[in-house]
Amino acid sequence: MIEIDLRGFGCPIPVVKAKRAMEENPGQPIAVLVETAVSRENLTRLANSKKYGMEVEETGESEYRIVLTPKP
Amino acid sequence: MKGLPPITDPNLIAGIDGYEDAGVYKLNDGLAIIQTLDFFTPIVDDPFTFGQIAAVNALSDVYAMGGKPLTAMNITCFPVKTMDIDILHQILLGGLDKLNEAGVTLVGGHSVEDAELKYGLSVTGVIHPEKVLLNKGARPGDKLIMTKALGTGIVSTAVKGEEASEELMALSIASMTTLNRKAAEIMIEVGGVNACTDVTGFGLLGHACEMIEGTSVGLKINASSVPFFRGLRELVEMGIVPGGLHRNKTFRMPMVEVSPDCPEWLLDILFDPQTSGGLLITLPEPQATTLLKKMHAAGIPEAAIIGKVISEPKGKILVEK
Repeated sequence: MIEIDLRGFGCPIPVVKAKRAMEENPGQPIAVLVETAVSRENLTRLANSKKYGMEVEETGESEYRIVLTPKP
Repeated sequence: MKGLPPITDPNLIAGIDGYEDAGVYKLNDGLAIIQTLDFFTPIVDDPFTFGQIAAVNALSDVYAMGGKPLTAMNITCFPVKTMDIDILHQILLGGLDKLNEAGVTLVGGHSVEDAELKYGLSVTGVIHPEKVLLNKGARPGDKLIMTKALGTGIVSTAVKGEEASEELMALSIASMTTLNRKAAEIMIEVGGVNACTDVTGFGLLGHACEMIEGTSVGLKINASSVPFFRGLRELVEMGIVPGGLHRNKTFRMPMVEVSPDCPEWLLDILFDPQTSGGLLITLPEPQATTLLKKMHAAGIPEAAIIGKVISEPKGKILVEK
């Protein structure tokens, strides 16, 4: 699976990089590592607007691994 | 300023309490001075434009109090060892350009060396002590007028992510470099204003909350009537929004009731932190219509009635589609 580590980046970089990864890899699931609740919230929106499902795993204190999977 | 001991002075009209836009101090029965200070890190790439925006933003607090700005002083933090000094020169020229447009005299300034560039101004203005417009004072039945379109925070965020269209960037810069002078002059000329503030970092709803918090009135806002830049919806729906928008929303949602038909993206725009935003004014109906007509005729096309002041529920904002 495509994995992008976006820890250390402030908004809007995580959501923009995730969006580009979606555009470059149509139909594929993408895992994103982010470290703020704001990034998690913004990725939720991106997932909804691009019709991706989203699974969030809290991997540390306000650190998240988010798997975005295109809906069929 | 929380945690400071209370500051009392019989001549202090507006101080650090009450979220006012600027401090107001009475000099005599016919004259008060207005003082304000604002500075920040660059929000656009072009230094001259950044200087213009910082000056327009700093002057706005005086206009929001109903005052006339007279003098200003520059505040700069500049990495002189790593950045070309001409950049600072361009920033100061941009600031001066807007001071000239506002008829305000630059009287000095202060600069320090800092790793991160910052620029802003301290502005001093005057007003009659009994004509100060505070952000509290809205009365039931008043109309609520917003004079600029929202969206500068979302656009700045999109620019950082290289997701903003040229058109949207141009709209945002044009808005941020427009003085609130004309709007304020028309507001004073029409009269009858009960409350006024300028919309900045807390977003429209954040500043609207400050207008009514702890008072005996509430607000009803028609979200569809609120002016905002075209092209924001897609950015908001993709999550390209500033972190401040989420913070504003989390902080103020306990005071806000949103009707189910108001879409989330539209509500988000109402919380977008603004730089150099417009004036938010409450005044009774006959004057509100006059004010709006005069603003439109004077080249402030975005000005709109966006809601009204209500007596119930107190201290709440109802947001309808």
